[in-house]
Amino acid sequence: MSNTVSVGIADLNVVRSPDTLVTFALGSCVGICLFDPNVKAAGLSHILLPNSAQIPGNNTPMKFADTAIPMLVKKMEALGANPSRMKAKIAGGAQMFASMSNASIANIGARNVEAVKATLQRLRIPIITADTGENYGRTLYFNADDFMMTIRSPKRGVWTG
Amino acid sequence: MPIQTYDDLNNMQVDMLREIANIGTGNAATSLAAMLQKPINIQVPKIRFLDYDTVTQELGGPESLMVGMMLTLSQDVNGMMMFLMKEEFSHMVLNSLLGQSFASFTEVDDMGLSAMQEIGNIMAASYVNAISQISGMTIEISPPDICIDMIGSILSVPAIHFANISDKVIFIEDEFEGTGADEASNILLIPDVDSLDRLIDKLGLGV
Repeated sequence: MSNTVSVGIADLNVVRSPDTLVTFALGSCVGICLFDPNVKAAGLSHILLPNSAQIPGNNTPMKFADTAIPMLVKKMEALGANPSRMKAKIAGGAQMFASMSNASIANIGARNVEAVKATLQRLRIPIITADTGENYGRTLYFNADDFMMTIRSPKRGVWTG
Repeated sequence: MPIQTYDDLNNMQVDMLREIANIGTGNAATSLAAMLQKPINIQVPKIRFLDYDTVTQELGGPESLMVGMMLTLSQDVNGMMMFLMKEEFSHMVLNSLLGQSFASFTEVDDMGLSAMQEIGNIMAASYVNAISQISGMTIEISPPDICIDMIGSILSVPAIHFANISDKVIFIEDEFEGTGADEASNILLIPDVDSLDRLIDKLGLGV
């Protein structure tokens, strides 16, 4: 019997095989999947913003790429996962609206993706699959049994990688 | 005391926002009805302090497909206005304006998109003009930017924009309905905290 665990906005969670993680309708946000094949553990984080340092006094580390990913790694370690064996799959960071008057909102998806990549590099976790950018929303499923990431988009259909 | 976060609003201030929304919505509905030559019903506006997960749930779940238009407010009031249309509502609008129907929501052509943008433009202008008149504040709105996608993805844009203020954002939510039950659309007005402060002061309800 396997369960599907939902991860909300600015939220993260971990599961063991055979469970699945899901986060619905990523827009400019980015979903980060981590897994350790040796212990069959998987984690998923849904971040909104690149950098916690830009917002002083914040107390919501799960919002930001630079603070959420280390938190997710810790949670994975609690399941027996080892950071040196972890790999990542990422999706999201779209530009939902084409001709935004406000440039800082327009490219936030791209900045989120950059921050996610930089944070994973700092933690020495390789990204093996990425589906980012473009202009459409994505629902992301991540299975802790086969570590496949499935993306569903009303505009583009379904694919697994 | 100036409002620091959205949670600091008192009941009287919430009532005032609801009244403002009512007037804005009434104006926007009148414009819409005139353009479509159809009756448009409005619901009593809701003022909510919600997180995005709850909002998307209430609009039919994060994966429900909608037309989303985003306008930014500037000058005396800063913030965003989202104009959201369910599939049935957008079909009704396109039918009335262009006499066209589309097999699928995702196949709306450029003509259809710009017709919907025009509707968004006129409704937003009517809404905002009403607020300007009552408050004496100058509010400028940008032309609408449009996309058709999952509501959760559409709302990620204001979610990100306001994430540095609070996890819970004030949504002034207005619902419009055509004759069919599913012909619904919503306007979400999301002012920033400073603008909310100024608006409350202007209307004499500052504490």
